[in-house]
Amino acid sequence: MDHSSPLVRVLKSIALTLIVLFFMFPIVWIFLMSFQNNDTILRIPPSLFFQPTLGNYTALISGKLQSSAGTLDIPFMHNLLNSVILSTVSVGIALVLGVPAAYAFARFKFIGKEDIAFTLLSFRFAPPLLVLLPLSLYFQEIHLSDTYIGLIWVYQLIALPLILWIVRGYFEDISPDIESAYRVSGHNWWQALTKIAIPLAGPGIAAAGLLSFIFCWNNFVFALILASADKQPVTVGALAFVTASGIQYGQIAAAIVLSVTPTLLLALYAQRYLVEGLSLGAVKG
Amino acid sequence: MSTLAETAPPRRKGSSPAFRRALPYLLSMPALLVCVAVLVPFVTAVYYSMLRYRLNLPSMKGFIWFGNYIGFLGDSEFWNTVYVSLAYTVLTVVVELLLGLGIALLLRKQSRINNFISIMLLLPLMTAPAIAALMWKLMTNPNFGVLSYLVSLVGLSDFRWASSPTTALFTVVLVDTWVYTPFIMILLLAGLRSLPPQPFEAAALDGVPTSFVFFRITLPMLTPYIITAVLFRLLDSIQQFDIIYAMTQGGPGNRLMVFQVESYLQFFQYTNVGKSAAMLMILWAITYFLSNVFIKNWLKLRERARGHA
Repeated sequence: MDHSSPLVRVLKSIALTLIVLFFMFPIVWIFLMSFQNNDTILRIPPSLFFQPTLGNYTALISGKLQSSAGTLDIPFMHNLLNSVILSTVSVGIALVLGVPAAYAFARFKFIGKEDIAFTLLSFRFAPPLLVLLPLSLYFQEIHLSDTYIGLIWVYQLIALPLILWIVRGYFEDISPDIESAYRVSGHNWWQALTKIAIPLAGPGIAAAGLLSFIFCWNNFVFALILASADKQPVTVGALAFVTASGIQYGQIAAAIVLSVTPTLLLALYAQRYLVEGLSLGAVKG
Repeated sequence: MSTLAETAPPRRKGSSPAFRRALPYLLSMPALLVCVAVLVPFVTAVYYSMLRYRLNLPSMKGFIWFGNYIGFLGDSEFWNTVYVSLAYTVLTVVVELLLGLGIALLLRKQSRINNFISIMLLLPLMTAPAIAALMWKLMTNPNFGVLSYLVSLVGLSDFRWASSPTTALFTVVLVDTWVYTPFIMILLLAGLRSLPPQPFEAAALDGVPTSFVFFRITLPMLTPYIITAVLFRLLDSIQQFDIIYAMTQGGPGNRLMVFQVESYLQFFQYTNVGKSAAMLMILWAITYFLSNVFIKNWLKLRERARGHA
């Protein structure tokens, strides 16, 4: 395939280098900033050489922020914990609800099947605020605003459609013959599902779970509207933190690093599944 | 795949026919119920959109049919929102599609370095858009931002990025491009690598020029993937909230007042529930229309592709 001339190859390498620079630079730069104090950050011209400090991270982890106005309490670690709770529980529930439903869509023929499946997917297409703004008024009435339960419930709108569509594709790709054989030998559908189908679709289920975890973790608008400070995840917390901490740029950078690390590590660890999951789920439908 | 479904549930003693008929519903209902509960706020939003309803003036509350919608016709703020949203959507989708396609073509060949780069490029996609906006906000800070410094090196000393009306749109489109180009890239890369090799081998044997191969073979075969990618980006872009809200909250002025940011501010800042809901209904109608057009064409294309296979 590669009969291209040396010139073309050089141009390709230059293009790829520029692309990698553009996409990696912000992540690397913010990472470097997170180890600097305000003096080195504010230095013009900016330099790659500086005395690294862990001060920003210790301030975030201890929750005590030193500023010119005195010591400030910041709930950043609490925000991080909120993100962990919200994302993990939401994905857990979405898997429990979504995997059997995906199995039903893949294996059974029933009236209204495609309508129900499409209805579930269509929640991805609605503007989030259309549902969230009226919901915020309802949540106040039924005392669900600012609770984990309320948030985890609306997070299902992010996690469930994704899990349903990806896992359904995986179940459809697995031949039902093994399940049939297993059931002929005297096991019921539940055993066939848990002992045969779910283990076989394991990679797909894991991919869907990871992907929806990332989407839940990265969500911003649901919590912005339905949660106040106490239940905010890092995406909302980090933004509020910018105004609260004034000009402590190193700490903002450290907060950014801490808030993206979990998803980046997950993505790196699972990138093969994710790419498969993304392409299968999105293209095959 | 539908043939599998017919043979799937084999007969088994013990489970009654009624149970077997009900089983798929029992399995899928919990998921549906959890999601369908949000239909209540959706219907509420439809109702709100026909109300004169301000949270701070409860006595004025009243049903005005399509009054909010009719009010938009002469409302320059509303048309500004339509204009900004469309400009943002068209710009981001076009830029990201061209860039994503270019990168996918560059990384097309399976090799260690190409696979490594494609993994690196996934990282922006895994960054929360709101946090990504925050990163760019730090980098474009006029006092110490590295990007402000870099553009000053090429003589643009007063380039104010998101805080200037002339460059605000450019800046948020840049951030959107940073976050979402990898999404298009990864879909198209998966598509490119799954294309059958025969047409390309034949073209290489016949010495067909590269541009012909690209426009007559690669592009047509890639179209279903492109449509999927564009559909997802289009719907996300016209509903963009996170990046714009985190960077500028719709400003400077109303330069970046896209649909969702404007509705959010109408609701929380001006407590105008009716207007906010009507605006979101219009956005919903646009996205519903767009997704239908795209999904219909996509299904047609997919069927045609299968018919040829």
